[in-house]
Amino acid sequence: MGDDATHDAPGWIGRSLLRKEDARHLAGVAMFVADVRLPGMQDIAFVRSQVAHGRLLSVTKPADAAADVYTIEDLPGLSVLEAGPELEAFRQSPYPALASGKVRYVGQAIAACVAATRARAEDLAERVAVGCDELPAVVDAVSAMTSGSARLFEHWPNNAYIARTISAGDPSAMTGAPVRLRRRFRMNRQATVSLEARGCVAVWDPRQEELLVYLSTQGGHVMRLGLSRALGLPENQIRVIVPDVGGGFGGKNRLLPEEIAVCAIALKRRHPVRWIEDRREHLLASVHCRDHHYDLVISAEEDGTIIGVEGDVHIDAGAYALWPTGSFMEASMAAGNLPGPYRMRGLNVNTWTVATNKAPMGPYRGVARPGACFAIERLVDELALHLGIEPYDLRKRNLVTRGEMPYTTIAGLKLDTGDYHDALDTAVRMIDIPAIRALQRARKPGAPRIGVGLAVYTEQSGHGVVEWSKRKSRIVPGYEAANVRMLPDGSVNIHVGVQNHGQGHETTLAQIAADELSMHPDQIRIRYGDTATTPFGFGTFASRSIVFGGGAVGTTARKLALKIKAIGAHILQADPATVELRDGHVVTAQGSVSFRDIAMAANVRQEMLPVGVEPTLEATGTYEPQESAGVFSYGAHAVVVSVDEDTGVVKILDYAVAEDCGTMVNPMIVDGQVQGGIAQGIGTGLFEEIPFNSDGQPLATTFADYIMPGATDVPSVRIAHFVTPALVTEYGVKGVGEGGAIAPPAALANAVGDAFADIKASFNETPLTPRRVWQAARDAMLSAGPVA
Amino acid sequence: MKAAPFHYARAASLHAALDALAAGPEALVISGGQSLAPLLNLRMTLCDTIVDIGGLTELQACWQTDHATLIGAGVTHAMIEDGLTPDPAHGMLRRAAGKIAYRAVRCQGTIGGSLAMADPAADWPCILLALGATAILRSALGERRVALDDLLVGVYETSLRPGEIIQALEIPNLPPQARAASAKISRKTGAFANSMVAVVLNGESSRAVLGAAGPRATILPHVSAALASGSPLDQITGLVTRDVADILPEPDPYLQSLHETNVRRALLEVFAP
Repeated sequence: MGDDATHDAPGWIGRSLLRKEDARHLAGVAMFVADVRLPGMQDIAFVRSQVAHGRLLSVTKPADAAADVYTIEDLPGLSVLEAGPELEAFRQSPYPALASGKVRYVGQAIAACVAATRARAEDLAERVAVGCDELPAVVDAVSAMTSGSARLFEHWPNNAYIARTISAGDPSAMTGAPVRLRRRFRMNRQATVSLEARGCVAVWDPRQEELLVYLSTQGGHVMRLGLSRALGLPENQIRVIVPDVGGGFGGKNRLLPEEIAVCAIALKRRHPVRWIEDRREHLLASVHCRDHHYDLVISAEEDGTIIGVEGDVHIDAGAYALWPTGSFMEASMAAGNLPGPYRMRGLNVNTWTVATNKAPMGPYRGVARPGACFAIERLVDELALHLGIEPYDLRKRNLVTRGEMPYTTIAGLKLDTGDYHDALDTAVRMIDIPAIRALQRARKPGAPRIGVGLAVYTEQSGHGVVEWSKRKSRIVPGYEAANVRMLPDGSVNIHVGVQNHGQGHETTLAQIAADELSMHPDQIRIRYGDTATTPFGFGTFASRSIVFGGGAVGTTARKLALKIKAIGAHILQADPATVELRDGHVVTAQGSVSFRDIAMAANVRQEMLPVGVEPTLEATGTYEPQESAGVFSYGAHAVVVSVDEDTGVVKILDYAVAEDCGTMVNPMIVDGQVQGGIAQGIGTGLFEEIPFNSDGQPLATTFADYIMPGATDVPSVRIAHFVTPALVTEYGVKGVGEGGAIAPPAALANAVGDAFADIKASFNETPLTPRRVWQAARDAMLSAGPVA
Repeated sequence: MKAAPFHYARAASLHAALDALAAGPEALVISGGQSLAPLLNLRMTLCDTIVDIGGLTELQACWQTDHATLIGAGVTHAMIEDGLTPDPAHGMLRRAAGKIAYRAVRCQGTIGGSLAMADPAADWPCILLALGATAILRSALGERRVALDDLLVGVYETSLRPGEIIQALEIPNLPPQARAASAKISRKTGAFANSMVAVVLNGESSRAVLGAAGPRATILPHVSAALASGSPLDQITGLVTRDVADILPEPDPYLQSLHETNVRRALLEVFAP
C-alpha cells in the first residue's frame, strides 16, 4: 500500500515500526471495558423510550424488584450539565441522566434496571411500564424551522439551538455573477459505529474513598470533570480508568447520560455495576452524526473562476446538546470549510443548528468537513459540467497555489503550507484520467457506465487556544502534557494525557521520545488512560494528538535529556556542553557512561550526583504549538467507479490518494489512517444511513438495515505521500486522523456524476444507495428528453 | 440485546427432537441459529423451549438416485459450497451456497433451517423452488412430502405443522442438456438479497423464480411457461415486466427495474451458448 516512505531515517521518526499495541490485539488478550470483571458486579439495562416525542406520565416498577429499578426521581442531587458553546445565543437543552418530564427521541433512557446479568436486567426492563402522552415528532431539520412545527423545548421561540450567518468578502460580486448555479445537497444521518460500542463499569472504593470508573472514552480527564460536576463529587474522589478502546471516532468524546446514571447508581449500591452498550443501543441512542442539509448557490465567471458561495445550511442536531460542546461546531465548521482549498471573493451562509426528535448529534471523524467537502466539491463538478470544462481543469483554475501560502481563505482559515496543485496532479496521474476517458468512449450499450471523480480537501489539525476560544468551546484543548520518567534501570515510562483508541500512540510517541533520548523505542513505554497516574490532558480527537501529544513528549523528553547529559558529564568529568547522547549513553571524545549508570545515580545513588542537581530523572511539561490556529493537512482523492444504470449499483474500481500531513512519524500508521478513514468515507458515501419515518421511528437499528461497508467494498487505496513540514509544530508534524474520511463522499458522487455526464444527472444525497442513483439517473434521462 | 429465558433441549437424535417438539406447544427448532438466534436476542421471537438439532448426523445424510438427489436438512451451506454433497443441478447449488452471507454464517447455517425460516430474501427457497424440490417432513405422526411451492407461504411463514421438522430435500436431477442459473443483487457481499432469481431451463420442468420481491419466493408464471414451451429468449424477456409487476406488492419503478434486470440477466445466462 502506498509509496514506500520508509526511508533510512536518521532517527526513529519516519520509520514504519510495527505497532507495539498490536501483539495483544492479535492475541486476543487486550482489555476492553467489557473484559473488566469485578467481584459482585451486576449489569444494567435501560428502559428506553418507544416514542420520539412525548410527555412522560408514569414509570411503574415491578413491585417485587422496585429497588433494582432507578428513575430520575431515585437519583436526586444529580446536576444537569450545561452543554454546547458558551454563547448567550445558544439555547440550553437540559439533558438529564434519565428522562424527566419529557422524552425527545426513540431510545432515550427512562429507567435503569440492575440485575445479576444483562439478560436478567433486560427481563426486568421489560416489566417496567412507561406511561407516555405522545406528541407530534419533529423529524426534518428544514421544516422544523417553519412556524407550524412542533417544538422540542416549549420555551424556545423556535427549534434552533442557534442560528448564525457567516459572511465575508463582497456579496455583491456574487449577486451579479455571470454564472450562478443552485444545488441542494444532503448528507444523511449516521452512527459512529466504533467496533467496540460504549461501556462503563463503576464502583465505590471505600479504601480510597473514591468512585472508580472504567470508561470507554477518548479522554478520561475531561470526562472526570463532567462526571464530577454531574455527580457533585470532587474530582479527587473520582478515578477514571480507560482501558483499551476499540475506536471512538469522535462519538466517545462526549459524556452520555447513561454513563452518568451508571456512576450515580454505583454510588447507591455496594457492588460494581456496569453497562455495556449493545449494537442496537448504539445505532438507536448513541452519538449520531452527519445529517447536513445544504441549499447553495455557487457564482462564477464564464471561464470557471469561482466568485463565491452563498445559501443555507441546516444541521439536524437531534434532541439535546451533549456535554461538553454538543454539535455546535458542525454548523460553523460546515460554513467555514465551504470555500475548501479555493480562492473566493464572497461567502454568505446562513446556518441553523436545529433540534429534532432524534438521538443527539456529536462529532464523527471529519466533523462537518465531509458535508462541506461534499457540497463544495459537488458544486465545482456541477459548475464544470455546466461550463463544459474538465473538472480537473476547473479545480486547477481555482486552487490556492504554493506561492500564495500562507493563504487565508475567505472564511478566515489560514492554510499554512503545501502544494495543492501537486497533490491534485499526482492523484490524477495515478488514476490516469485519459485512459478512463478512452474507456468511456469505448463503452458498449448495456455495459456498466464508468466514471472518475475527484475531491480535494483540507484538514485543520493541531489547533489550540486561538481556534477553540473563537469557537467559544466550553473546554479549550490548547495544550497537552507529558511526564517522562527514567527508572533506576534506565528504562523509561512516559505518561501522557492523550488517549490511544487505535491511533498507535504507544508506538509513535515512543519513536519521538526515542529520538530525543537517543534510546531504542522498545525501552520506552507510553502510558495513558488513567486519571490517577497521567498528567491532565484532553484526550484524542480533532487530529490533535501527534501535534500536541507528540510535541509534549518531545519537548519534555528534551528537558530530561539535558539533566541526563548534566549527570553523565559529571560522571565523565566532562563539560556538559561537550557531551552528547548516543544509543543509550552519554558520550564524549574520551569515554561514555550508560543511561543505566546515570539512572542508578539519579534514583538510588545520589552521592554520584553533581552538587545542586536534584535526584530522580523525571520531567513534566506541557506543549502548545507556536501558533494555535491550526496546521492544515490536505490531499486529493481520485476514484473510478462503475455504475449499473439498471440497478443503480455502484462499484469502486480504483482509488488513489495524494496527501500531505507534514512530517510522518510512522508512515505505515499514516497509511492506516488514510485507508481506514477512506473506509468510513465510503460508508458515508455509499452505505451508512439511519432513516426515520414521520413518527420519528429510526428505521436502521441493527446491521441488517444499517449497512456498513465490508471488506470487499473497500479497495486497497493507492497512496502517494508528500511531506511539507509544518512551520509551527515540533518536527513539522500535522494531524492525519480525519482526512481520509473527508473526501470520499464527494469523490464518489463526482465519479457517479461523471458516469452520467452525458445526461447531466446530479447525485447530491448520501449515501448513494442503488435506489438514489437509479432515481437520479432516471430523472435526468426524463428531463434530457426522449430516450435515445 | 439478550434473549428472554427459554428452556433448551439438545436433541440426541431426530427421534428425540420430535418427542421434544411434541411435548412443548411453544417449542422452536434451532439448527445453525444464524437467523433465529438474532431474532431471539432482539426478543422479536419468543418461545418456551428451543429444541437444538444442530449437528445431528442423521440430518446431514445425502444420497443420489437416478432421478433425484436427497440433501439432509442439516447440511450446512459451507458443506454444499465445499462440494461435499451430491450435485443435482450442474453446480448451481455449490455456486449459490458460496454466495450466502459470510463463511462464518455458512459454516453454521443449514439448508433446512433456511427453508424453515422462510425469509423472503433467502437464497435456498428461491433456488429449490426453481429446481422443483420437495421437502420431506417428519413428525411423531410420520413422514409428509410437500412440494416447495406448497411449503412456502409468506414472510417467515411455511406450511410446516406443529411438531414437524424438515428432514431432507429431494431435488430432481437435471438432465445433461438442462441449464440452470441463479443471480443475486444485494447491498454488499454477504447481505440478504434485494433481488434473488433462479432460472432452470429443462423442457417442461423449466422455471423462473423471483425472491426478495414478494412475501415469498414466487414462480414467474408467464416467463416459466414460455421457458417450458421452448420460446426464444427475446420473447421470454418480453414477459418479464408483467410477471415482476404482478409479484411486487405495490408499483415501484425502481424495484421493477431492479428485479427485471436481475431476471433478464439470469435468463441471458441460461441461454448463453
